[in-house]
Amino acid sequence: MSVASQVHPEYNYKVVRQFAIMTVVWGIVGMTVGVFIAAQLYWPALNFDIPYLTFSRLRPLHTNAVIFAFGGCALFATSYYVVQRTSQARIFSDKLAAFTFWGWQAVIVSAAITLPLGLTSTKEYAELEWPIDILIALVWVAYIITFFGTIVVRKVSHIYVANWFFGAFMLTVAVLHIGNSMAIPVSFFKSYSIYAGAVDAMMQWWYGHNAVGFFLTAGFLGMMYYFVPKQAGRPVYSYRLSVVHFWALSALYIWAGPHHLHYTALPDWTQSLGMVMSVILFVPSWGGMINGIMTLSGAWHKLRTDPILRFLIVSLSFYGMSTFEGPMMAIKTVNALSHYTDWTIGHVHSGALGWVAMVSIGSIYHLIPVLFNKPAMYSIKWINVHFWLATIGVVLYIVAMWMSGVLQGLMWRAVNPDGTLTYSFVESLQASMPFYFVRFVGGLFVVAGMLLMAYNVYKTIRTPNEEFSNAPENSPQPQAA
Amino acid sequence: MNYGVAGSIFTVVVFVCFIGIVIWAFSRRAKKRFDEAQNLVFDDEPTQQTDKKERESSINE
Repeated sequence: MSVASQVHPEYNYKVVRQFAIMTVVWGIVGMTVGVFIAAQLYWPALNFDIPYLTFSRLRPLHTNAVIFAFGGCALFATSYYVVQRTSQARIFSDKLAAFTFWGWQAVIVSAAITLPLGLTSTKEYAELEWPIDILIALVWVAYIITFFGTIVVRKVSHIYVANWFFGAFMLTVAVLHIGNSMAIPVSFFKSYSIYAGAVDAMMQWWYGHNAVGFFLTAGFLGMMYYFVPKQAGRPVYSYRLSVVHFWALSALYIWAGPHHLHYTALPDWTQSLGMVMSVILFVPSWGGMINGIMTLSGAWHKLRTDPILRFLIVSLSFYGMSTFEGPMMAIKTVNALSHYTDWTIGHVHSGALGWVAMVSIGSIYHLIPVLFNKPAMYSIKWINVHFWLATIGVVLYIVAMWMSGVLQGLMWRAVNPDGTLTYSFVESLQASMPFYFVRFVGGLFVVAGMLLMAYNVYKTIRTPNEEFSNAPENSPQPQAA
Repeated sequence: MNYGVAGSIFTVVVFVCFIGIVIWAFSRRAKKRFDEAQNLVFDDEPTQQTDKKERESSINE
């Protein structure tokens, strides 16, 4: 890590820097809102009887902030960086790239204003009203042109596999967003979906699950296929496997949505199809995870000294864990227990905090010194502390939700010999309260780690290069670049 | 052609395509392309190494 980085003058790093910094900022904002609403579930008085602070309005603010603001900025930053470096070409259009940055920030700010005001289309993960939806579509089209334009003007013959994943993520999200957000406006702040009944539900979860599959998976796999090999200093374990991984994942994910609608008005065969496709999805998911982790084969010792690599590899372990859990929960008999319980929340957060956030954090720690022409992050020790804060936080969170979820599922389905329910809903809620406190504590750990990251990033950017070698924790390693 | 038949044909077509992709990915012809593409992660670094497959270094080059 002693080797000075070069700023590549031929690349546009400005837009990458902007998105990388905003990733950290929105990460802190989104996760803090998450901790606040977790606290509300334990101390309901924390909404202070103010409508703007109720759980119902802040929950979509939390999900939009962490998925689209934190995750979105991380995806913009890494995709613009990776496509330039692996295409060895400057970004296709600086102006369009700048438009995507400011446009995306405008979307985030308008979400942060409208959601607490209660303006919502009520579609989960697509709550924003139609004027914001149109802005998202415009920004997204500009993003697609910028990204694919860069691939078109590339100076190498191949398109690296990370760019395939990024490309699939962009195209699919465009189709999903435009398809699901079709609505008839009745005023500037109110619209009604053009879909009705079970069709609306099916459209919603076709969108919802593929937002998971392409926004939260394919995009971050693109990140993984660049930053894991780069940080490990070794090419990806098997390029062949990555090609099969890409096509299998893309072909399968799109069918899995109905598992969100088991035992509803959706036709039975559609539910079964969704279940089968979700179970098969386990195979490409684990193929990708193994490909990422095996990239380290023969260099496992690097995990001892490099906390950035540890973030990336542990994120893959969480990815493997939640892509095992997901197909299992999609099986109808398991779903009969898990659906509508906290188990789902635990599953989502092992994917979101364990996989998505950790791979993003690792990538940002790799990026910051390169983008700002610094020899390394200001403190490697703090990265290590952040790693443990994040890991302990995630584990506390998901274990609490698993226990709470299974408990709820069992209490809700328990019946007396005469057929009446054994427990009332409030009794199951009381049983969950201790776990809600543990979840709140887990969230505090995660946010504390993000705050430390922000300070580390600030110090890295502000510290002059010559002072880096004096920092004891950055003892140079005998490695050449 | 009713929906069931169309669905069955589509399923078979997708399956055949997937088998085709797997055969292509593991064919000897694709190996050279893949080896080149695999190293694109390191190809724009200022100091090139001869045997990139064996490289061990590079953190924030």
